[in-house]
Amino acid sequence: MLEGRAIAVEPLIRAENLVKHFPVTRGLLIGRTTGHVKAVDGVSFTIGRQETLGLVGESGCGKTTTSRLLLRLEEPTAGRVLLDGQDVHALRGAELSRYHTRVQAVFQDPWSSLNPRLRIRDTIAEALVVNRRVTRAGKLERVEEVLHQVGLPLSAAARYPHEFSGGQRQRIALASALAAKPELIVLDEPVSALDVSIRAQIMNLLKDLQARQQLSFLLVAHNLATVRYIAHRTAVMYLGRIVEHADTESLYRGPRHPYTKALFAAALPADPDAPRDDMILTGEVPSPIDPPSGCHFHPRCPFAMEQCSRVAPELKAVAPEHLVSCHLY
Amino acid sequence: MTAAAPVVLDVRNLRAYLYTRWGVVRAVDGVSFALREGETLGLVGESGCGKTMTGLSLVRLLPEPAGRIVEGQVLLEGEDLVTKSEAEMRRIRGRRVSMILQDPQTSLNPVFTIGDQILEALRLHHGDGARALTGRAEEALRRVKVAAPEQRMRAYPHQMSGGMKQRVVGAIAVAGEPRVLIADEPTTALDVTIQLQYLALLKEIQARTRLAMLFITHDFGIVARMCDRVAVMYAGRIVETGPTRAIFRAPRHPYTEALMGSVPRMEGTVTRLPSIEGQPPPLHDLPGGCRFAARCAYVDDRCRREYPPTVPIGPAHGAACWRVEPSPSSR
Repeated sequence: MLEGRAIAVEPLIRAENLVKHFPVTRGLLIGRTTGHVKAVDGVSFTIGRQETLGLVGESGCGKTTTSRLLLRLEEPTAGRVLLDGQDVHALRGAELSRYHTRVQAVFQDPWSSLNPRLRIRDTIAEALVVNRRVTRAGKLERVEEVLHQVGLPLSAAARYPHEFSGGQRQRIALASALAAKPELIVLDEPVSALDVSIRAQIMNLLKDLQARQQLSFLLVAHNLATVRYIAHRTAVMYLGRIVEHADTESLYRGPRHPYTKALFAAALPADPDAPRDDMILTGEVPSPIDPPSGCHFHPRCPFAMEQCSRVAPELKAVAPEHLVSCHLY
Repeated sequence: MTAAAPVVLDVRNLRAYLYTRWGVVRAVDGVSFALREGETLGLVGESGCGKTMTGLSLVRLLPEPAGRIVEGQVLLEGEDLVTKSEAEMRRIRGRRVSMILQDPQTSLNPVFTIGDQILEALRLHHGDGARALTGRAEEALRRVKVAAPEQRMRAYPHQMSGGMKQRVVGAIAVAGEPRVLIADEPTTALDVTIQLQYLALLKEIQARTRLAMLFITHDFGIVARMCDRVAVMYAGRIVETGPTRAIFRAPRHPYTEALMGSVPRMEGTVTRLPSIEGQPPPLHDLPGGCRFAARCAYVDDRCRREYPPTVPIGPAHGAACWRVEPSPSSR
């Protein structure tokens, strides 16, 4: 899985202790803050060149907010995102435009991410014109290039989004992300809205593009098998924190954190005779407005000890490239 | 064990079409299957293959006025539902056959409390007084593992999580003690750990009531976990049907085989997934011959000309493909 992946000394992107709290207000005119949704609560990771980091967790765990912080769609409450050592949220003017060409995104829903009134070539070219001066001919040439890269016929350029199926639209979304020659693409649930038979096509395309164009991916997904197939490293999030972070192979072979174990056990089996490790969690994910004290997972954890409700465990290495945040280790 | 149980739902050559301005959409195009007491049949397919329309035809809730059952029978304990009047159907739905939809939000009324909605369902089935009904409603909530049912009765749908709402929908669906439950992707909108809780709950209800379940899904994982038998649907027709184990071990229709092969797995490393190129044909413009022909790796001339018959290949296992040889042991 790992062959062909360049291990760079300095990672492309580095998130340092990212925190994002959203205020919860009460009252219509004179809003008064009554609390904070702790969507992201101290998250750190790196993504190397030509590497994919998978971010998994259930809804409300903060994985999408984390990806939005990376895309600069949100300002962090604390912490930094560094691209090649530069603080992303401090960028202004030309440097900021350059950032937006280097980091692109593809979202879950290919039906809502494309402007229905623009021809495909204009949608794709938009990504080029926003940040750079390009000649008309240069623009068309680039459009044809990226359409070819995502496996669409050149005739697609003159057509409108409604003429395409879900899978093809996701290819178009990918083409417009590629147009500006980015280094990192944030993929937020890129295949979960697609049909089963189409998913493999898109996942294979993502892998091919990464290999051919030295792309880095941040893959946000809830489907564990998808992440295993694409990501080199995987981080598991629960209530705004990373609870386990490891090389994908090592994580899937031996998950350590009780939440990761429960999450993996809840994944549906590949066949009826697959060994079953039933660990059905009771209750639901608590509210991120007032998360439990200590380890956020302790009220649902079958192995909770006395200290778990008092002390938040640190993320520490239990094996090479395998970090776990749990008092059991 | 299940083989000896009586058949409660027998669907014979069902055709349900949608008459639209783009033409006739042949959503359900000759579908037959039987469902026994206490058994779960998985109806698997991709979006637009007709699996939801099949489910809706069984309870006669096809979209009006476009949808119409044009042929076939839906025999519920021997009675044909296709010929029933709407008034008769109203007495049958909920009491003898129920349906759970994907999104609990669309099944619950946002302006009534959970209690009101469960009571409404119960009132249709029981002539009890108000106090007895409230007791029944709380009991129904307790059975779907909703904590503190007395308080939850007063809650509105928006005050509950998705998993909790889907439990309430489940409670309403089984309140009338139906014989058949049609579950149309009931867990697709739920998180994985909540999904597992919900699937376990359905199994438990089934064990208690001997419900026959038709589980509509696109996910083979759910089939592996929930279903005794599987029917794989493609472009309006069932292309393969058989016991879950047999289908997982040796899928015989090229579509089943390709679809199962293209799903990434949790265990084992795969460098490259085989994928099915192309996409399903539009249901208003179906090709002659086998509908999978354009995407099939083994296609030949005959496949493009004639639709293959369903060939028996094992105990209760059959596939509609020209390549499949009938097995002598299945006679």
